Amino acid sequence: MSDILLRTGQLGFAYPARSTSPFGKPVMRDVIKSVDLAVPRGAVLGLVGESGSGKTTLGRLLVRLLEPTSGGIQFDGTEISHLSEAALRPLRARIQMIFQDPQSSLNPRLPLAVTLTRQLEVYGRLKGRRDRRDRAAALLDLVGLPTAFVDRYPHELSGGQRQRAGIARALALQPDFIVADEIVSGLDVSTQAHILMLLKELRAKLGLTVVFISHDLSVIRVLCDEVAILRGGEVVEHGPVGRIFSHPQHAYTRQLLAAIPLPDVEPGWLDDPPSRQQPQQQGSAA
Amino acid sequence: MSAVLEIDNLHVAIGAANVLRGVSLRVEAGEVRGLVGESGAGKSMVGRTIFGLLPAKAAIRAGQVQFEGRDLLAMPDKERRGLLGRRIALIPQDPMTSLNPVRRIGAQMVALLQLHLGLSKRAALDRAADLLAEVAVRDPARVLQLYPHELSGGMRQRVLIAMAFACDPALVIADEPTTALDVTVQRQVLQLVERMRQRHGAAILFVTHDLGVVAKICRSMTVLHAGRVLEDGPTADVLVKPHHAYTRALLAATPRADRPADALKPVPPALIESLWAEARRLDQLTATRPA
Repeated sequence: MSDILLRTGQLGFAYPARSTSPFGKPVMRDVIKSVDLAVPRGAVLGLVGESGSGKTTLGRLLVRLLEPTSGGIQFDGTEISHLSEAALRPLRARIQMIFQDPQSSLNPRLPLAVTLTRQLEVYGRLKGRRDRRDRAAALLDLVGLPTAFVDRYPHELSGGQRQRAGIARALALQPDFIVADEIVSGLDVSTQAHILMLLKELRAKLGLTVVFISHDLSVIRVLCDEVAILRGGEVVEHGPVGRIFSHPQHAYTRQLLAAIPLPDVEPGWLDDPPSRQQPQQQGSAA
Repeated sequence: MSAVLEIDNLHVAIGAANVLRGVSLRVEAGEVRGLVGESGAGKSMVGRTIFGLLPAKAAIRAGQVQFEGRDLLAMPDKERRGLLGRRIALIPQDPMTSLNPVRRIGAQMVALLQLHLGLSKRAALDRAADLLAEVAVRDPARVLQLYPHELSGGMRQRVLIAMAFACDPALVIADEPTTALDVTVQRQVLQLVERMRQRHGAAILFVTHDLGVVAKICRSMTVLHAGRVLEDGPTADVLVKPHHAYTRALLAATPRADRPADALKPVPPALIESLWAEARRLDQLTATRPA
Protein backbone atom coordinates (compact mmCIF):
# COMPACT_ATOMS: atom_id res chain seq x y z
CA MET A 1 0.00 0.00 0.00
CA SER A 2 1.56 3.21 -1.16
CA ASP A 3 1.09 6.31 0.94
CA ILE A 4 -0.04 8.21 -2.14
CA LEU A 5 -3.76 7.60 -2.68
CA LEU A 6 -4.18 9.59 -5.86
CA ARG A 7 -1.59 10.53 -8.41
CA THR A 8 -1.87 12.26 -11.77
CA GLY A 9 0.82 12.15 -14.41
CA GLN A 10 0.86 14.84 -17.10
CA LEU A 11 -2.90 14.89 -16.90
CA GLY A 12 -4.54 16.81 -19.73
CA PHE A 13 -8.02 17.59 -20.90
CA ALA A 14 -9.04 19.30 -24.11
CA TYR A 15 -12.33 19.80 -25.86
CA PRO A 16 -13.01 20.75 -29.46
CA ALA A 17 -13.39 24.51 -29.74
CA ARG A 18 -15.66 26.19 -32.28
CA SER A 19 -13.72 26.10 -35.53
CA THR A 20 -13.72 28.96 -37.96
CA SER A 21 -15.20 26.93 -40.80
CA PRO A 22 -17.76 24.15 -40.53
CA PHE A 23 -15.50 22.05 -42.78
CA GLY A 24 -12.30 22.82 -40.95
CA LYS A 25 -10.72 20.38 -38.57
CA PRO A 26 -11.94 21.06 -35.03
CA VAL A 27 -9.28 22.83 -33.04
CA MET A 28 -8.73 21.30 -29.62
CA ARG A 29 -8.68 23.70 -26.72
CA ASP A 30 -6.60 22.69 -23.72
CA VAL A 31 -8.35 23.23 -20.42
CA ILE A 32 -5.99 21.18 -18.27
CA LYS A 33 -2.35 21.05 -19.30
CA SER A 34 0.03 18.41 -18.04
CA VAL A 35 -0.91 18.43 -14.37
CA ASP A 36 1.20 16.34 -11.97
CA LEU A 37 -0.32 15.96 -8.54
CA ALA A 38 0.14 13.47 -5.72
CA VAL A 39 -2.35 13.37 -2.86
CA PRO A 40 -1.01 11.50 0.18
CA ARG A 41 -3.43 9.20 1.99
CA GLY A 42 -5.27 11.13 4.69
CA ALA A 43 -4.18 14.56 3.40
CA VAL A 44 -6.26 17.52 2.29
CA LEU A 45 -5.04 19.11 -0.91
CA GLY A 46 -6.37 22.55 -1.79
CA LEU A 47 -6.84 23.46 -5.45
CA VAL A 48 -6.98 27.23 -5.88
CA GLY A 49 -7.60 29.27 -8.94
CA GLU A 50 -9.70 32.07 -10.34
CA SER A 51 -12.57 31.58 -12.75
CA GLY A 52 -11.42 29.85 -15.91
CA SER A 53 -8.37 28.33 -14.24
CA GLY A 54 -9.68 24.81 -14.80
CA LYS A 55 -10.09 23.88 -11.12
CA THR A 56 -13.59 22.46 -11.53
CA THR A 57 -12.58 20.52 -14.67
CA LEU A 58 -9.60 19.09 -12.80
CA GLY A 59 -11.87 18.05 -9.92
CA ARG A 60 -14.23 16.32 -12.34
CA LEU A 61 -11.32 14.47 -13.93
CA LEU A 62 -10.13 13.24 -10.53
CA VAL A 63 -13.50 11.62 -9.80
CA ARG A 64 -13.72 10.49 -13.45
CA LEU A 65 -16.85 12.42 -14.27
CA LEU A 66 -14.70 13.38 -17.26
CA GLU A 67 -12.27 11.23 -19.19
CA PRO A 68 -8.81 12.73 -19.64
CA THR A 69 -7.57 13.34 -23.17
CA SER A 70 -3.95 12.81 -22.17
CA GLY A 71 -1.92 11.62 -19.21
CA GLY A 72 -3.05 9.34 -16.43
CA ILE A 73 -4.74 9.13 -13.04
CA GLN A 74 -3.84 6.42 -10.56
CA PHE A 75 -6.21 5.82 -7.70
CA ASP A 76 -4.75 3.55 -5.01
CA GLY A 77 -2.42 2.02 -7.56
CA THR A 78 -5.05 1.43 -10.26
CA GLU A 79 -4.89 3.38 -13.50
CA ILE A 80 -8.42 4.81 -13.83
CA SER A 81 -8.09 7.32 -16.68
CA HIS A 82 -9.81 5.22 -19.28
CA LEU A 83 -11.68 2.60 -17.29
CA SER A 84 -15.19 1.81 -18.51
CA GLU A 85 -18.19 2.71 -16.35
CA ALA A 86 -18.55 -0.98 -15.42
CA ALA A 87 -14.92 -1.29 -14.41
CA LEU A 88 -15.16 1.97 -12.47
CA ARG A 89 -18.20 0.89 -10.52
CA PRO A 90 -16.49 -0.72 -7.53
CA LEU A 91 -14.17 2.30 -7.31
CA ARG A 92 -17.04 4.79 -7.50
CA ALA A 93 -18.11 3.71 -4.03
CA ARG A 94 -14.73 4.85 -2.73
CA ILE A 95 -14.61 8.15 -4.61
CA GLN A 96 -17.22 10.81 -3.88
CA MET A 97 -17.88 14.39 -4.80
CA ILE A 98 -19.55 17.21 -2.83
CA PHE A 99 -20.99 19.92 -5.01
CA GLN A 100 -21.03 23.68 -4.61
CA ASP A 101 -24.76 24.21 -4.60
CA PRO A 102 -26.67 21.69 -2.50
CA GLN A 103 -29.86 23.47 -3.53
CA SER A 104 -29.48 22.08 -7.02
CA SER A 105 -27.67 18.84 -6.18
CA LEU A 106 -30.22 17.51 -3.65
CA ASN A 107 -33.43 16.26 -5.25
CA PRO A 108 -36.13 18.74 -4.13
CA ARG A 109 -38.87 16.09 -4.34
CA LEU A 110 -37.29 13.50 -2.08
CA PRO A 111 -36.96 13.52 1.70
CA LEU A 112 -33.42 13.37 3.03
CA ALA A 113 -33.89 9.74 4.14
CA VAL A 114 -34.08 8.71 0.47
CA THR A 115 -31.48 11.11 -0.94
CA LEU A 116 -28.88 10.23 1.66
CA THR A 117 -29.26 6.48 1.19
CA ARG A 118 -29.82 6.26 -2.56
CA GLN A 119 -26.27 5.15 -3.19
CA LEU A 120 -26.46 2.49 -0.48
CA GLU A 121 -29.53 1.18 -2.29
CA VAL A 122 -27.78 1.20 -5.66
CA TYR A 123 -24.88 -0.75 -4.20
CA GLY A 124 -27.26 -3.19 -2.51
CA ARG A 125 -26.18 -2.28 0.98
CA LEU A 126 -29.64 -1.48 2.36
CA LYS A 127 -31.66 -4.00 4.31
CA GLY A 128 -35.22 -2.75 4.03
CA ARG A 129 -37.11 0.40 4.96
CA ARG A 130 -36.18 0.32 8.59
CA ASP A 131 -32.52 0.21 7.69
CA ARG A 132 -32.92 3.15 5.32
CA ARG A 133 -34.19 5.42 8.10
CA ASP A 134 -31.57 4.20 10.55
CA ARG A 135 -28.72 4.69 8.13
CA ALA A 136 -29.98 8.14 7.12
CA ALA A 137 -30.32 9.14 10.76
CA ALA A 138 -26.79 7.98 11.49
CA LEU A 139 -25.48 10.03 8.55
CA LEU A 140 -27.36 13.12 9.73
CA ASP A 141 -25.92 12.66 13.17
CA LEU A 142 -22.44 12.35 11.72
CA VAL A 143 -22.70 15.82 10.13
CA GLY A 144 -24.32 17.45 13.15
CA LEU A 145 -27.93 17.58 11.95
CA PRO A 146 -30.90 16.41 14.06
CA THR A 147 -31.87 12.84 13.17
CA ALA A 148 -35.49 14.00 12.85
CA PHE A 149 -34.41 15.62 9.56
CA VAL A 150 -34.84 12.23 7.79
CA ASP A 151 -38.36 13.33 6.81
CA ARG A 152 -37.41 16.82 5.72
CA TYR A 153 -37.14 18.09 2.16
CA PRO A 154 -34.22 20.22 0.97
CA HIS A 155 -36.28 23.45 0.85
CA GLU A 156 -37.00 23.10 4.57
CA LEU A 157 -33.30 23.45 5.37
CA SER A 158 -31.11 26.53 5.67
CA GLY A 159 -28.11 26.92 3.38
CA GLY A 160 -25.68 25.60 5.96
CA GLN A 161 -27.93 22.66 6.80
CA ARG A 162 -28.27 21.79 3.11
CA GLN A 163 -24.51 21.78 2.73
CA ARG A 164 -24.28 19.44 5.74
CA ALA A 165 -26.80 17.16 4.03
CA GLY A 166 -24.66 17.26 0.86
CA ILE A 167 -21.68 16.15 2.91
CA ALA A 168 -23.73 13.40 4.58
CA ARG A 169 -24.73 12.02 1.20
CA ALA A 170 -21.13 11.90 0.04
CA LEU A 171 -20.20 9.93 3.18
CA ALA A 172 -22.93 7.29 2.82
CA LEU A 173 -20.74 4.70 1.12
CA GLN A 174 -17.83 5.34 3.49
CA PRO A 175 -15.55 6.58 0.72
CA ASP A 176 -11.85 7.15 1.26
CA PHE A 177 -11.47 9.93 -1.28
CA ILE A 178 -13.63 13.06 -1.61
CA VAL A 179 -13.50 15.98 -4.01
CA ALA A 180 -15.26 19.04 -2.58
CA ASP A 181 -15.92 21.77 -5.14
CA GLU A 182 -16.41 25.28 -3.67
CA ILE A 183 -18.63 23.90 -0.96
CA VAL A 184 -18.44 26.88 1.37
CA SER A 185 -18.47 29.74 -1.13
CA GLY A 186 -22.16 30.55 -0.96
CA LEU A 187 -22.32 30.52 2.82
CA ASP A 188 -22.27 33.28 5.41
CA VAL A 189 -19.12 33.66 7.47
CA SER A 190 -20.69 32.23 10.61
CA THR A 191 -22.05 29.16 8.77
CA GLN A 192 -18.89 28.74 6.72
CA ALA A 193 -16.68 28.41 9.80
CA HIS A 194 -18.95 25.66 11.17
CA ILE A 195 -18.76 23.68 7.90
CA LEU A 196 -14.97 24.05 7.82
CA MET A 197 -14.72 22.74 11.39
CA LEU A 198 -17.03 19.86 10.50
CA LEU A 199 -14.83 18.89 7.57
CA LYS A 200 -11.73 18.98 9.76
CA GLU A 201 -13.43 16.81 12.33
CA LEU A 202 -14.76 14.28 9.78
CA ARG A 203 -11.44 14.04 8.06
CA ALA A 204 -9.72 13.17 11.35
CA LYS A 205 -12.48 10.79 12.43
CA LEU A 206 -12.90 8.94 9.14
CA GLY A 207 -9.36 9.23 7.77
CA LEU A 208 -10.59 10.86 4.58
CA THR A 209 -8.36 12.01 1.77
CA VAL A 210 -9.75 15.23 0.35
CA VAL A 211 -9.23 17.50 -2.64
CA PHE A 212 -10.75 20.82 -1.68
CA ILE A 213 -11.42 23.18 -4.58
CA SER A 214 -11.83 26.87 -3.79
CA HIS A 215 -11.23 30.33 -5.17
CA ASP A 216 -10.66 31.53 -1.61
CA LEU A 217 -7.11 31.23 -0.29
CA SER A 218 -8.18 32.10 3.25
CA VAL A 219 -10.46 29.08 3.38
CA ILE A 220 -7.71 26.86 1.95
CA ARG A 221 -5.41 27.93 4.74
CA VAL A 222 -7.88 26.81 7.38
CA LEU A 223 -8.44 23.34 6.00
CA CYS A 224 -5.62 22.12 3.79
CA ASP A 225 -2.22 20.54 4.33
CA GLU A 226 -1.05 21.19 0.82
CA VAL A 227 -2.10 23.58 -1.88
CA ALA A 228 -1.77 23.68 -5.66
CA ILE A 229 -2.25 27.03 -7.42
CA LEU A 230 -3.91 26.66 -10.80
CA ARG A 231 -3.80 29.18 -13.60
CA GLY A 232 -4.86 28.64 -17.18
CA GLY A 233 -5.05 24.88 -16.66
CA GLU A 234 -1.53 24.60 -15.27
CA VAL A 235 -0.28 24.15 -11.73
CA VAL A 236 2.01 27.14 -11.24
CA GLU A 237 2.97 26.32 -7.68
CA HIS A 238 2.43 23.37 -5.36
CA GLY A 239 3.54 22.77 -1.79
CA PRO A 240 2.72 22.66 1.92
CA VAL A 241 0.24 25.33 2.98
CA GLY A 242 2.59 26.96 5.47
CA ARG A 243 5.35 27.41 2.90
CA ILE A 244 3.11 28.68 0.10
CA PHE A 245 1.50 31.29 2.35
CA SER A 246 4.70 32.48 4.00
CA HIS A 247 7.09 32.15 1.05
CA PRO A 248 5.19 32.13 -2.23
CA GLN A 249 7.62 31.50 -5.08
CA HIS A 250 5.53 32.23 -8.13
CA ALA A 251 4.57 35.80 -9.06
CA TYR A 252 0.96 34.75 -9.60
CA THR A 253 0.70 33.25 -6.10
CA ARG A 254 2.06 36.49 -4.67
CA GLN A 255 -0.43 38.46 -6.73
CA LEU A 256 -3.33 36.31 -5.48
CA LEU A 257 -2.21 36.66 -1.85
CA ALA A 258 -1.80 40.42 -2.20
CA ALA A 259 -5.31 40.77 -3.63
CA ILE A 260 -7.02 39.21 -0.60
CA PRO A 261 -8.58 41.95 1.51
CA LEU A 262 -7.69 41.03 5.08
CA PRO A 263 -10.00 42.51 7.71
CA ASP A 264 -7.36 45.02 8.81
CA VAL A 265 -7.38 48.70 8.01
CA GLU A 266 -4.44 49.22 5.69
CA PRO A 267 -4.06 52.69 4.22
CA GLY A 268 -2.63 52.54 0.74
CA TRP A 269 -4.16 49.17 -0.21
CA LEU A 270 -6.33 50.93 -2.76
CA ASP A 271 -3.68 53.35 -3.96
CA ASP A 272 -2.02 51.33 -6.69
CA PRO A 273 -3.35 52.66 -9.93
CA PRO A 274 -5.72 50.05 -11.33
CA SER A 275 -4.09 48.49 -14.32
CA ARG A 276 -5.78 48.13 -17.65
CA GLN A 277 -5.09 44.44 -17.79
CA GLN A 278 -4.12 41.62 -15.49
CA PRO A 279 -0.80 42.73 -14.10
CA GLN A 280 1.79 40.14 -14.99
CA GLN A 281 3.95 40.85 -12.02
CA GLN A 282 3.06 42.44 -8.80
CA GLY A 283 4.61 41.09 -5.67
CA SER A 284 3.98 43.08 -2.56
CA ALA A 285 2.70 40.21 -0.45
CA ALA A 286 4.02 40.14 3.05
CA MET B 1 -20.20 67.78 9.13
CA SER B 2 -23.20 67.51 6.90
CA ALA B 3 -24.94 64.23 6.33
CA VAL B 4 -25.85 63.23 2.78
CA LEU B 5 -28.00 60.42 4.05
CA GLU B 6 -29.60 60.22 7.45
CA ILE B 7 -31.76 57.25 8.34
CA ASP B 8 -33.60 57.52 11.62
CA ASN B 9 -35.35 54.66 13.42
CA LEU B 10 -36.44 52.90 10.23
CA HIS B 11 -38.89 50.04 10.72
CA VAL B 12 -39.81 47.90 7.71
CA ALA B 13 -41.96 44.78 7.72
CA ILE B 14 -42.75 42.31 4.98
CA GLY B 15 -46.21 41.01 5.77
CA ALA B 16 -46.13 40.16 9.46
CA ALA B 17 -42.34 39.74 9.61
CA ASN B 18 -40.19 42.64 10.68
CA VAL B 19 -37.06 43.02 8.55
CA LEU B 20 -35.75 46.35 9.81
CA ARG B 21 -36.21 47.07 13.52
CA GLY B 22 -35.31 50.68 14.05
CA VAL B 23 -32.24 51.21 11.87
CA SER B 24 -30.44 54.54 12.23
CA LEU B 25 -27.34 55.50 10.30
CA ARG B 26 -25.63 58.54 8.82
CA VAL B 27 -23.49 58.85 5.72
CA GLU B 28 -21.46 62.05 5.73
CA ALA B 29 -20.68 63.92 2.52
CA GLY B 30 -17.88 62.20 0.62
CA GLU B 31 -17.42 59.34 3.08
CA VAL B 32 -17.61 55.61 2.42
CA ARG B 33 -19.71 53.83 5.02
CA GLY B 34 -19.85 50.06 5.15
CA LEU B 35 -23.15 48.37 5.94
CA VAL B 36 -22.17 44.91 7.09
CA GLY B 37 -24.32 41.90 7.80
CA GLU B 38 -24.94 38.28 6.95
CA SER B 39 -27.86 37.05 4.87
CA GLY B 40 -31.15 37.95 6.49
CA ALA B 41 -29.67 40.91 8.36
CA GLY B 42 -31.72 43.35 6.28
CA LYS B 43 -28.80 45.14 4.68
CA SER B 44 -30.26 45.06 1.17
CA MET B 45 -33.60 46.30 2.53
CA VAL B 46 -31.96 49.56 3.55
CA GLY B 47 -30.92 50.21 -0.05
CA ARG B 48 -34.28 49.08 -1.38
CA THR B 49 -36.11 51.46 0.95
CA ILE B 50 -34.04 54.36 -0.37
CA PHE B 51 -34.77 53.38 -3.96
CA GLY B 52 -38.44 52.69 -3.31
CA LEU B 53 -37.89 49.12 -4.48
CA LEU B 54 -39.27 47.25 -1.48
CA PRO B 55 -41.12 44.00 -2.23
CA ALA B 56 -44.86 44.26 -2.82
CA LYS B 57 -45.93 43.16 0.66
CA ALA B 58 -43.42 45.38 2.45
CA ALA B 59 -44.50 48.35 4.51
CA ILE B 60 -42.52 51.12 6.14
CA ARG B 61 -43.85 51.09 9.70
CA ALA B 62 -41.92 54.01 11.08
CA GLY B 63 -38.86 56.15 10.59
CA GLN B 64 -37.35 58.74 8.31
CA VAL B 65 -34.89 58.68 5.45
CA GLN B 66 -33.40 62.07 4.77
CA PHE B 67 -31.33 62.76 1.70
CA GLU B 68 -29.54 66.12 1.74
CA GLY B 69 -32.00 67.27 4.35
CA ARG B 70 -35.14 66.26 2.43
CA ASP B 71 -37.42 63.46 3.54
CA LEU B 72 -37.23 60.81 0.80
CA LEU B 73 -40.19 58.84 2.13
CA ALA B 74 -42.50 61.86 2.30
CA MET B 75 -41.72 63.43 -1.06
CA PRO B 76 -43.93 62.82 -4.11
CA ASP B 77 -42.91 59.85 -6.27
CA LYS B 78 -42.12 62.07 -9.21
CA GLU B 79 -39.73 64.17 -7.21
CA ARG B 80 -38.03 61.08 -5.81
CA ARG B 81 -37.64 59.53 -9.25
CA GLY B 82 -35.93 62.73 -10.35
CA LEU B 83 -33.28 62.11 -7.71
CA LEU B 84 -32.71 58.42 -8.40
CA GLY B 85 -30.00 57.69 -10.93
CA ARG B 86 -28.96 61.33 -10.89
CA ARG B 87 -28.33 62.37 -7.27
CA ILE B 88 -28.57 58.87 -5.78
CA ALA B 89 -27.06 56.08 -7.85
CA LEU B 90 -26.75 52.33 -7.49
CA ILE B 91 -23.95 49.88 -8.20
CA PRO B 92 -25.80 46.57 -8.18
CA GLN B 93 -24.47 43.17 -7.22
CA ASP B 94 -25.13 41.31 -10.42
CA PRO B 95 -24.02 43.18 -13.51
CA MET B 96 -25.56 40.56 -15.80
CA THR B 97 -29.12 41.13 -14.69
CA SER B 98 -28.81 44.89 -14.29
CA LEU B 99 -27.83 45.63 -17.85
CA ASN B 100 -30.37 45.19 -20.61
CA PRO B 101 -29.17 42.09 -22.50
CA VAL B 102 -30.56 43.15 -25.88
CA ARG B 103 -29.22 46.70 -26.02
CA ARG B 104 -25.67 47.78 -26.70
CA ILE B 105 -23.64 49.29 -23.83
CA GLY B 106 -23.49 52.61 -25.70
CA ALA B 107 -27.26 52.87 -26.11
CA GLN B 108 -27.83 52.16 -22.41
CA MET B 109 -25.31 54.75 -21.28
CA VAL B 110 -26.59 57.34 -23.74
CA ALA B 111 -30.18 56.87 -22.56
CA LEU B 112 -29.10 57.55 -18.99
CA LEU B 113 -27.08 60.63 -19.88
CA GLN B 114 -29.81 62.06 -22.10
CA LEU B 115 -32.50 61.51 -19.48
CA HIS B 116 -30.66 63.01 -16.54
CA LEU B 117 -28.29 65.54 -18.07
CA GLY B 118 -30.25 66.49 -21.18
CA LEU B 119 -27.25 65.96 -23.43
CA SER B 120 -27.51 65.61 -27.19
CA LYS B 121 -26.89 62.14 -28.55
CA ARG B 122 -23.47 63.13 -29.85
CA ALA B 123 -22.44 64.73 -26.56
CA ALA B 124 -23.82 61.78 -24.59
CA LEU B 125 -21.77 59.33 -26.66
CA ASP B 126 -18.60 61.35 -26.07
CA ARG B 127 -19.34 61.53 -22.35
CA ALA B 128 -20.01 57.77 -22.24
CA ALA B 129 -16.64 57.08 -23.86
CA ASP B 130 -14.92 59.40 -21.37
CA LEU B 131 -16.60 57.63 -18.47
CA LEU B 132 -15.50 54.22 -19.72
CA ALA B 133 -11.95 55.52 -20.06
CA GLU B 134 -12.18 56.72 -16.44
CA VAL B 135 -12.93 53.18 -15.27
CA ALA B 136 -9.89 51.92 -17.20
CA VAL B 137 -11.75 50.30 -20.08
CA ARG B 138 -9.42 49.90 -23.00
CA ASP B 139 -10.83 51.02 -26.34
CA PRO B 140 -14.08 52.58 -25.03
CA ALA B 141 -15.37 53.23 -28.57
CA ARG B 142 -15.38 49.49 -29.26
CA VAL B 143 -16.95 48.55 -25.91
CA LEU B 144 -19.81 50.99 -26.52
CA GLN B 145 -20.73 48.89 -29.55
CA LEU B 146 -20.87 45.62 -27.60
CA TYR B 147 -23.73 43.80 -25.88
CA PRO B 148 -23.45 42.92 -22.16
CA HIS B 149 -22.89 39.20 -22.82
CA GLU B 150 -19.78 40.03 -24.83
CA LEU B 151 -18.08 41.47 -21.72
CA SER B 152 -16.42 39.65 -18.82
CA GLY B 153 -17.90 39.98 -15.32
CA GLY B 154 -15.23 42.48 -14.29
CA MET B 155 -15.81 44.51 -17.44
CA ARG B 156 -19.60 44.63 -16.91
CA GLN B 157 -19.04 45.79 -13.34
CA ARG B 158 -16.80 48.59 -14.67
CA VAL B 159 -19.58 49.70 -17.02
CA LEU B 160 -22.03 49.85 -14.11
CA ILE B 161 -19.57 51.82 -11.99
CA ALA B 162 -19.16 54.29 -14.86
CA MET B 163 -22.96 54.60 -15.13
CA ALA B 164 -23.37 55.08 -11.37
CA PHE B 165 -20.97 58.02 -11.33
CA ALA B 166 -22.13 59.40 -14.70
CA CYS B 167 -24.26 62.24 -13.29
CA ASP B 168 -21.97 63.16 -10.38
CA PRO B 169 -24.32 61.80 -7.70
CA ALA B 170 -24.07 62.87 -4.06
CA LEU B 171 -24.69 59.31 -2.87
CA VAL B 172 -23.90 55.92 -4.38
CA ILE B 173 -25.36 52.76 -2.91
CA ALA B 174 -23.02 49.87 -3.72
CA ASP B 175 -24.83 46.58 -3.10
CA GLU B 176 -22.22 43.80 -2.80
CA PRO B 177 -20.62 44.97 -6.07
CA THR B 178 -17.60 42.65 -5.89
CA THR B 179 -19.12 39.51 -4.40
CA ALA B 180 -19.16 37.57 -7.67
CA LEU B 181 -15.67 38.61 -8.79
CA ASP B 182 -12.29 36.90 -8.54
CA VAL B 183 -9.97 38.41 -5.90
CA THR B 184 -7.60 40.06 -8.34
CA VAL B 185 -10.50 41.58 -10.29
CA GLN B 186 -12.18 42.55 -7.01
CA ARG B 187 -9.13 44.54 -6.01
CA GLN B 188 -9.11 46.39 -9.32
CA VAL B 189 -12.83 47.15 -9.03
CA LEU B 190 -12.45 48.43 -5.45
CA GLN B 191 -9.59 50.64 -6.58
CA LEU B 192 -11.78 52.01 -9.36
CA VAL B 193 -14.71 52.70 -7.04
CA GLU B 194 -12.39 54.64 -4.73
CA ARG B 195 -10.87 56.58 -7.63
CA MET B 196 -14.29 57.47 -9.05
CA ARG B 197 -15.49 58.54 -5.62
CA GLN B 198 -12.55 60.89 -5.24
CA ARG B 199 -12.96 62.30 -8.72
CA HIS B 200 -16.73 62.77 -8.57
CA GLY B 201 -16.97 63.57 -4.86
CA ALA B 202 -19.76 61.17 -3.98
CA ALA B 203 -20.48 59.51 -0.64
CA ILE B 204 -20.91 55.74 -0.74
CA LEU B 205 -23.04 53.37 1.30
CA PHE B 206 -21.18 50.12 0.71
CA VAL B 207 -23.34 47.08 1.46
CA THR B 208 -21.32 43.91 1.97
CA HIS B 209 -20.90 40.76 4.04
CA ASP B 210 -17.13 40.87 3.67
CA LEU B 211 -15.23 42.42 6.58
CA GLY B 212 -12.07 42.42 4.47
CA VAL B 213 -13.67 44.61 1.83
CA VAL B 214 -15.00 46.95 4.52
CA ALA B 215 -11.54 47.24 6.05
CA LYS B 216 -10.06 48.29 2.73
CA ILE B 217 -12.60 50.78 1.40
CA CYS B 218 -14.84 52.05 4.23
CA ARG B 219 -13.94 54.78 6.69
CA SER B 220 -16.85 53.99 8.94
CA MET B 221 -19.08 50.98 9.33
CA THR B 222 -22.44 49.85 10.65
CA VAL B 223 -22.99 46.24 11.73
CA LEU B 224 -26.50 44.94 11.13
CA HIS B 225 -28.14 41.78 12.47
CA ALA B 226 -31.83 40.83 12.39
CA GLY B 227 -32.64 44.33 11.18
CA ARG B 228 -30.94 46.00 14.11
CA VAL B 229 -27.79 48.10 14.27
CA LEU B 230 -25.50 46.32 16.71
CA GLU B 231 -22.43 48.46 16.28
CA ASP B 232 -21.44 51.62 14.54
CA GLY B 233 -18.20 53.57 14.31
CA PRO B 234 -14.97 54.29 12.46
CA THR B 235 -13.77 51.12 10.71
CA ALA B 236 -10.36 51.34 12.38
CA ASP B 237 -12.02 51.26 15.84
CA VAL B 238 -14.67 48.65 15.15
CA LEU B 239 -12.27 46.13 13.61
CA VAL B 240 -9.59 46.59 16.25
CA LYS B 241 -11.80 46.95 19.33
CA PRO B 242 -15.27 45.67 18.51
CA HIS B 243 -17.75 46.47 21.28
CA HIS B 244 -20.47 44.01 20.41
CA ALA B 245 -20.04 40.27 20.95
CA TYR B 246 -21.49 39.62 17.49
CA THR B 247 -18.86 41.76 15.75
CA ARG B 248 -16.13 40.01 17.74
CA ALA B 249 -17.58 36.60 16.82
CA LEU B 250 -17.78 37.50 13.13
CA LEU B 251 -14.15 38.59 13.11
CA ALA B 252 -13.07 35.40 14.85
CA ALA B 253 -15.03 33.30 12.32
CA THR B 254 -13.51 35.00 9.26
CA PRO B 255 -10.77 32.79 7.76
CA ARG B 256 -7.57 34.72 7.28
CA ALA B 257 -4.86 33.89 4.78
CA ASP B 258 -2.25 35.30 7.14
CA ARG B 259 -3.10 33.15 10.16
CA PRO B 260 -2.82 29.43 10.83
CA ALA B 261 -5.89 27.25 10.91
CA ASP B 262 -6.43 27.02 14.66
CA ALA B 263 -7.13 30.75 14.87
CA LEU B 264 -10.61 30.22 13.41
CA LYS B 265 -13.54 30.20 15.86
CA PRO B 266 -17.05 29.60 14.54
CA VAL B 267 -19.81 31.93 15.76
CA PRO B 268 -21.43 30.28 18.82
CA PRO B 269 -25.00 29.28 17.85
CA ALA B 270 -26.15 30.40 21.33
CA LEU B 271 -25.08 33.97 20.51
CA ILE B 272 -27.12 34.01 17.31
CA GLU B 273 -30.13 32.54 19.14
CA SER B 274 -29.95 35.15 21.89
CA LEU B 275 -29.76 37.94 19.29
CA TRP B 276 -32.90 36.64 17.55
CA ALA B 277 -34.63 36.29 20.91
CA GLU B 278 -33.82 39.93 21.65
CA ALA B 279 -35.19 40.93 18.26
CA ARG B 280 -38.43 39.04 18.92
CA ARG B 281 -38.76 40.65 22.34
CA LEU B 282 -38.36 44.01 20.67
CA ASP B 283 -41.11 43.09 18.20
CA GLN B 284 -43.49 42.32 21.07
CA LEU B 285 -42.68 45.61 22.76
CA THR B 286 -43.38 47.63 19.63
CA ALA B 287 -46.53 45.61 18.90
CA THR B 288 -48.01 46.16 22.36
CA ARG B 289 -46.94 49.76 22.73
CA PRO B 290 -49.99 52.06 22.50
CA ALA B 291 -49.95 54.05 19.29
